Amino acid sequence: MSEHIVSPKVYIVIFASLMLGTGLTVWAAFQNFHQYNIVIALGIATIKATLVVLYFMHARYSPGRTQLVIVCSIFWLAIMLALTLADYDTRPHDITLAAPQVFYCV
Amino acid sequence: MHRTGDLYGHFQTLEQQKETATLGMWIFLVTEVLFFGGLFLTYTINRSAFSTAFGIGSNTLDITLGAGNTVVLIMSSLTMAMAVWSAQVGKKKLVSIFLIATLGLGTVFLGVKAVEYKQKFDHHLIPGHGFDMKYHPAHPMARDDLKELALEKKEVDEAFAVDPDINFHGQLYFSLYFGMTGLHALHMIVGVGLLIWLITGSFAGRFTPQYNTPVEIVGLYWHFVDIVWIYLFPLLYLIDRHR
Repeated sequence: MSEHIVSPKVYIVIFASLMLGTGLTVWAAFQNFHQYNIVIALGIATIKATLVVLYFMHARYSPGRTQLVIVCSIFWLAIMLALTLADYDTRPHDITLAAPQVFYCV
Repeated sequence: MHRTGDLYGHFQTLEQQKETATLGMWIFLVTEVLFFGGLFLTYTINRSAFSTAFGIGSNTLDITLGAGNTVVLIMSSLTMAMAVWSAQVGKKKLVSIFLIATLGLGTVFLGVKAVEYKQKFDHHLIPGHGFDMKYHPAHPMARDDLKELALEKKEVDEAFAVDPDINFHGQLYFSLYFGMTGLHALHMIVGVGLLIWLITGSFAGRFTPQYNTPVEIVGLYWHFVDIVWIYLFPLLYLIDRHR
């Protein structure tokens, strides 16, 4: 078998980085970075997710075709997010104007 | 089906069999990415449209429980990864120990989630007939931090002054909150079932350096569920804390 065995040392380092990221994201949430709060929160989350995929899920040591599947999933997700948000962003009307009476139930 | 030990007839080697199974799991996870992606997209669009209501809704969540649960879940990912390693190097006893630790941490996560849901019921924040964002600030409970609650009351009152429909838009936030965390919790429950199955197998000594595909595959699933939470936590709990 030629499979790559990731050593516990690597797992511990990744775990420590994830903990650091969690602390950092909680700290950052209480600072006022104006419109950049959301960017920072999602940036940290993406770094954490990448570490999990590369090391805990062994993507870094996977065969090329598995890596291709992973990249494709991100690509499709990007298409869905980008095109839908572009659509909402460029509509002339505001969705908040939708009649609230529709939801009356209290 | 023809089978020699753990090797099924249509594969040449155990390594090929494992690579195929892993690839299949990743393709399943792609569908999961797009499935959760749709929910995140819905959340993003509604949050940008109703940011006041979403901010207040988000601030009612307990950040200590949320951050604590994040730590618990990442720890369970570590123990899961260690279970895979133990199987790869043939430490059969450690496989069982790490799988049981993962199961324990997963259960703790679900328990904390149940406590959080119960709080939302108590505070009248379940979408539906009794939903009222003014209820909790006006009816403090025994263990509430009154200073925090006064801040929440001020925030809610200000928001009502700007947007009288805040209770409708707040329900949108909580529908998404319960939908997304509920679906995530459902994945955890499925994961707990899979772990129990793995633990039974590990007691029988099924997982060896030659054959540990089930541990690896369930590991992929477990880590994916962890990733979903890594995004849910900041988006649901942290978006509007810098008041």
